[in-house]
Amino acid sequence: MIAALALIGLAALAALLLGVLARAGRVMEIEQWAVGGRGFGWVFVFLLLAGEIYTTFTFLGASGYSYGLGAPAYYILAYGSLAYVIAYFLLPPIWTYAHAHGLHSQPDFFVRKYESPALGALVSIVDLIALVPYLVLQLTGLGIIVTAAGYGVVPKDAAILIGAAIVIAYVMISGIHGSAWTSVAKDILILVVVVFLGLYLPFHLYGGVGSMFEKIAAAKPGFLVFRPSGQSVAWFVSTVLLTALGFFMWPHSFAACYTAREARVFRRNAIILPIYQLILLFVFFVGFAAVLAVPGLKGGATNLALFRLATKEFPPVVVGIIGAAGVFTALVPGSLITMTAAMLLSKNLIGLARPAATGEQTVALAKWLVPVVMLVAVYFTITGSATIVTMLLVGYSFVTQLFPVVVASVMRRNPATAAGAFAGILTGVVVATLLTFTHTTIGTLLPGLPGVIRDLNVGIIALAANVIVLVVVSALTGGFRAAAAAGTA
Amino acid sequence: MKLFHWLAVLPFVGILIGPVVHNDVYPLILGMPFPLGWIAVWVVLTAVVMAVVYWLDPANREDGQ
Repeated sequence: MIAALALIGLAALAALLLGVLARAGRVMEIEQWAVGGRGFGWVFVFLLLAGEIYTTFTFLGASGYSYGLGAPAYYILAYGSLAYVIAYFLLPPIWTYAHAHGLHSQPDFFVRKYESPALGALVSIVDLIALVPYLVLQLTGLGIIVTAAGYGVVPKDAAILIGAAIVIAYVMISGIHGSAWTSVAKDILILVVVVFLGLYLPFHLYGGVGSMFEKIAAAKPGFLVFRPSGQSVAWFVSTVLLTALGFFMWPHSFAACYTAREARVFRRNAIILPIYQLILLFVFFVGFAAVLAVPGLKGGATNLALFRLATKEFPPVVVGIIGAAGVFTALVPGSLITMTAAMLLSKNLIGLARPAATGEQTVALAKWLVPVVMLVAVYFTITGSATIVTMLLVGYSFVTQLFPVVVASVMRRNPATAAGAFAGILTGVVVATLLTFTHTTIGTLLPGLPGVIRDLNVGIIALAANVIVLVVVSALTGGFRAAAAAGTA
Repeated sequence: MKLFHWLAVLPFVGILIGPVVHNDVYPLILGMPFPLGWIAVWVVLTAVVMAVVYWLDPANREDGQ
């Protein structure tokens, strides 16, 4: 037990040191703090973009999801790979534009492309509503990990506060350099832990991966395939497509692509990232191994499947190493999210009130907003608002609404106008909010339709409404005409 | 979009079609239930397809952006 706690404490200390030392004598003006001087090579960009794969959500969530639900978890493996294919085409023009115009945040992109600070403000609000629950989720995960791997010695709230303080310190001091360096440690640690657990547990408990799945299939028929209705094959296809579109619309991933040295980095990463994503298979294996080994966890407790099994099977030293890896999966994405939120608050919302602010003033304010953002998230985490899961679902559908407007803007002739973009995004987020909070599905809206259509992810409706309004308003405000005229000229 | 760019449609069709055509545990693929094994194999093929696209794409030559 002491060994486990010592290792977790060591991980926290290592994250702090690595994060702070990442500054390495640089003057943290806006270019260095927010976008790493736009000088990151493919390894750092790879790790920042891959960061999304190993957040606490996937570490605890993917194992918990396969433990609790079985087959529906497969979608997590599918959408990432397709997101990287989209990234091959979408990220290079975004990077080129950001590089040419010296952009620092995701809303900056909309402000410049559509010459509309109002659109930038709307995107900032959408981003914040999506980012805060995501940060809360990382902190909640951190609390679970430290409590479970520390055998309950450290109280959950204390773990969350310490974690938050570490992130605040190294984000304020090193900016995105801190996230990049700590992500190196995170990925090495998690890779070793996940591959070991994912192979050892099925072989040790079931005599192999194949026989593990055979035993689960015999004990729980239907668990390893998509359901006849509800989370059916139609649900799988539509959810994978929607999530793949939303993947790089997360403001912290979008802005992380500004750090690259050249556009080719993204195309090369589109080859390597899908392979890297395969490591998720081992996370699934851990979840599935727990199905028959530690049965009976329900609801939110399914997130504990990995640690329940680990504390049952391994000595405290191993549990401590797993906990240490888990701490990194919470702190690294947490730091990137906090930095992104602070930056867009400072530049694109508060910046509206002081248009004359220099880069120096903007970054100074952003640094002081880091603890503010973090404390808001800590408050939501500790008070444990039940609506947070719903908020996260809203968050994902929110950022997906940015996709059509981004795609239009990288076309040779942008058919969308600022008014169209504003109206489209606003419609999309309003529809998404209504659908989520009323628990609407396509089945409850249109019960007469065949099952295949009823099971489609309801997010499609919000996105469709968004695109229709975007097209109509853009047409009314002269967008398509201007694009066509420019095309014939 | 150049012609070879359309190769990038392959991963979408490949990954998604497996569970649509055969949503059953057996036959296992590499020890995994069919839908999961199918997706895993196609994740590798996605990397292969994107490597071909990368190699054909003149944007990735030395002088390209």
